[in-house]
Amino acid sequence: MTPPYYFGTIAALSEALSVGKVSSLQLMREVIARTREVEPRVGAFNSFDELDALAQASASDLRRTEGRTLGLLDGIPIGLKDVIAVEGQPLTASSRMLANFVSPYDATVTRKLKAAGAICWGRLNLDEFAMGSSTENSAFKPTRNPYNLECVPGGSSGGSAAALAAGCAIATLGSDTGGSIRQPASFCNVVGLKPTYGLVSRYGLVAYASSLDQIGPMTRTLEDAAIVLGVIAGHDRNDSTSYPAQIPDYRSAMTTVRGPWRIGIPKEYFGEGLDPEVESAVQAAIAHYRTLGCEIRTVSLPHTQYGIAAYYIIATAECSSNLARFDGVRYGHRSSEARDVNELYFKSRAEGFGQEVKRRIVLGTYVLSSGYYDAYYLRAQKVRALIRNDFLAAYRDVDAILTPVAPTPAFRHGAKKDPLELYLNDIYTIGVNLAGLPAVSIPCGFTRAGLPMGLQLIGQPFREAELLAIGRAYEREHPWAERHPSL
Amino acid sequence: MQYEAVIGLEVHVQIRTESKIFARVRTGYGFEPNTLTDPVVLALPGVLPVMNKAALDAVIKAGLMLGCRIAPVCKWDRKNYFYPDSPKNYQISQYDQPICSGGSVEIELPGTARNLMGEHKRIPLTRIHLEEDVGKLNHAAGDSLIDFNRAGTPLMEIVSEPAMHTPDEAFAYLTALRTVMIYAGISDCDMEKGQLRCDANISIRPKGEQKLGTKVELKNLNSISFVRDGIGHEIKRQIALLSSGGKISQETRDYDGMTGTSQSLRSKEMAHDYRYFPDPDLMPVKVDDAWKDLLQAECPELPFEKQRRFFEQYRLPYTITSVLIPDRGLCDYFEKAVGHAGEGRAQPVGNWIVNDLLREMNVQKQSLAESRVRPEHIAELVKLIDEGTLLSNLAKDVFVEMAATGMRPAPIIDARGLKATTSVDELEQWCREAIQSNAKSLADFKAGKDSAINAFKGPVMKAAKGKANPKLVDETLRRLLAQI
Repeated sequence: MTPPYYFGTIAALSEALSVGKVSSLQLMREVIARTREVEPRVGAFNSFDELDALAQASASDLRRTEGRTLGLLDGIPIGLKDVIAVEGQPLTASSRMLANFVSPYDATVTRKLKAAGAICWGRLNLDEFAMGSSTENSAFKPTRNPYNLECVPGGSSGGSAAALAAGCAIATLGSDTGGSIRQPASFCNVVGLKPTYGLVSRYGLVAYASSLDQIGPMTRTLEDAAIVLGVIAGHDRNDSTSYPAQIPDYRSAMTTVRGPWRIGIPKEYFGEGLDPEVESAVQAAIAHYRTLGCEIRTVSLPHTQYGIAAYYIIATAECSSNLARFDGVRYGHRSSEARDVNELYFKSRAEGFGQEVKRRIVLGTYVLSSGYYDAYYLRAQKVRALIRNDFLAAYRDVDAILTPVAPTPAFRHGAKKDPLELYLNDIYTIGVNLAGLPAVSIPCGFTRAGLPMGLQLIGQPFREAELLAIGRAYEREHPWAERHPSL
Repeated sequence: MQYEAVIGLEVHVQIRTESKIFARVRTGYGFEPNTLTDPVVLALPGVLPVMNKAALDAVIKAGLMLGCRIAPVCKWDRKNYFYPDSPKNYQISQYDQPICSGGSVEIELPGTARNLMGEHKRIPLTRIHLEEDVGKLNHAAGDSLIDFNRAGTPLMEIVSEPAMHTPDEAFAYLTALRTVMIYAGISDCDMEKGQLRCDANISIRPKGEQKLGTKVELKNLNSISFVRDGIGHEIKRQIALLSSGGKISQETRDYDGMTGTSQSLRSKEMAHDYRYFPDPDLMPVKVDDAWKDLLQAECPELPFEKQRRFFEQYRLPYTITSVLIPDRGLCDYFEKAVGHAGEGRAQPVGNWIVNDLLREMNVQKQSLAESRVRPEHIAELVKLIDEGTLLSNLAKDVFVEMAATGMRPAPIIDARGLKATTSVDELEQWCREAIQSNAKSLADFKAGKDSAINAFKGPVMKAAKGKANPKLVDETLRRLLAQI
């Protein structure tokens, strides 16, 4: 591989590190220098700790000279969305509420990354508490799209996508509740994988909607996604919702699983509102699979239209309860104006939370209220079951489902003022979370205006290896991610 | 007008487990504030609960012992409300699918006299569910301090049907429930440590009326006698209110046991909307028959069943059982001692335990485990008395020494020369002398006054220095008198 190393893949860099072509310290210094250079324009980081990162890099180099290398991630800087706990580092969720909070513990994924020798690098910006699709809802600053600074990077894992696209990390972790990994990945020309619900532990992930949240890798290639997933996946006794699945070697499995596959195209995902450029890019990908001998089948996911309504009921209900702990009593923002305990709650929360967070808490509180529970929450759960059944029925005929990730490429900052309009941006990604399925966003070209686009492959529960293999069949001949932004 | 009270109790019992219900932190009482915490207990961002199986085991056991139906699935719900002692501002609890439903608690009402057994009744249960305890607030000099040590301690809530009518019934219910919990090792139920807490729902209605009156919830009944007193007080308050033309309003009242008064905490209009919903962080837990069978096998005999068995098997009088039964360890001790002494000697064994053993333990401020008297020692003592080797009038002293030294009775008797005289010749000699030296009593006896025989016994005992077996003395005297 050739410099700049900050645009390298994990696969290539781990090879370069192992043959001594580059040291982890050298790589980390390059990433730091790149970050210092572009971060003022991109705004992907809430904070980063250079000394800590350099110390981790030195430790990795020392392990390597002593022959105690911990694996492919050893010495590789991986950026973490600022909702994933790292001991001794800030954990802000891009909220004023947690602006001064430092985590005293590691998330399970953090612990696993550290055990694999990865350098946990930087706290990446997001929509406050992961609520949003543009990273404009960060309490601190908006993140900009490295391919066009006027545009949003997507969200909520916008910082994770933008940092990676800009060369400020070799891979990043995001979290995906309704598309928060996949949509920013498609906006920023990187791979974003949302694993099956329960494959990756949520312990240490600041909860937005517990039954939908999943942590996943954002990488430059599907192979890198496989490497990172292999490290972070697996049952965790600290997370009762984590599933005791056998974790394969995804990297080798994705090369051994072979097609041709039967690929489903859901007719409900190609209707009104889909940008023609996105549609033609996705159609081109479909055509590619056809040329590979894959059977392309139209499938129906008839309850798709209810997905957004069900999602915003379930997600807001859970968030209204999950965010109740931010009360100014034990940690986090505490209003200095309060005279009694109720004022402490009201003022701390009024001052600490942003508009969108408040909107969702209010909505969630409402749908759970006595007398409304059955009409909203319970019905939304029924819809959720129907949506899952739609997918499982489709999988009787197909191996994977191919769709656009988002109806449009990245939009301009401030372009979507109406929250409902923003909610509709999640239309193709939300069903996957409601159904608990794995899905990956893969770069599939650029618009005439030079904005990246992505395609989404949706797989079957716990069959990430197959999903990655199917994706690889496209990516191998369409390495769009190699086209870097000019910053 | 005659009124009838209707009482239902909500009892919270802390389950004695090593660690908290959803965190790997030990439970405990009396520790330095906020030392029994971790990120999960403090509800730091990102943490998740993981269920402690031991807590679920305990509540299922409680349900099995009280004859409840055990739900096939243990489902968790969030009860949402803001309060500073609740770190997450929701409590993990069970709403629409409690782990146990139905069942009943057998109670014994006070008898007409202390030595008479009272009436037995069954108080039906609505449900038992499992939840987490909250922290503790301390209000001191304008500050409110929070101690989260208690937060996350497993807690079961036992809800009775509104099926009790007197403070005595409520008292008996709580006593019986407490005994069952202690028997099963589920909780120590120490009310001073908050291990058992009780709220009462009380209403009154004209006698004979079926419809329930407006209920008042009475909180902070933090000792068993406060429960009785508080309920009695509330019934009187409601009757006085209705009799004077007033109306009962649905409210929650706080009872102050020290002053014997209550005051309103909140009215119905201020009731919370808890916005219950299934906790998405916890998977439902399947409870299958194999699991229940395992727990069933661990359930001890119920206290009242044990009492009935003690009546039948050992012919024990009520007075002895009423002391033994509340203490499972003492019952086991009793049965061990009877095992050594033989079932025919169960009653004297029981007497020694409830009178002398407990007295000595009390004097020396010992628990049963600390007492130096072994069950086999008591068995031996009873046997020695029964066989005439030790006279019962000397046995008390022997027991005191047993308790002090931990020695068996036989060596004590030997060392102190307390063994009853068994030489027939010597005894006959003393008896002859006693008869000969008391002609009047001899004449009386011969004239048919049986009690005259007692006049000979004193001198015999005196000659024997108190070590003669009274039964043998009696027999010998009668034999000799018959020959005259």
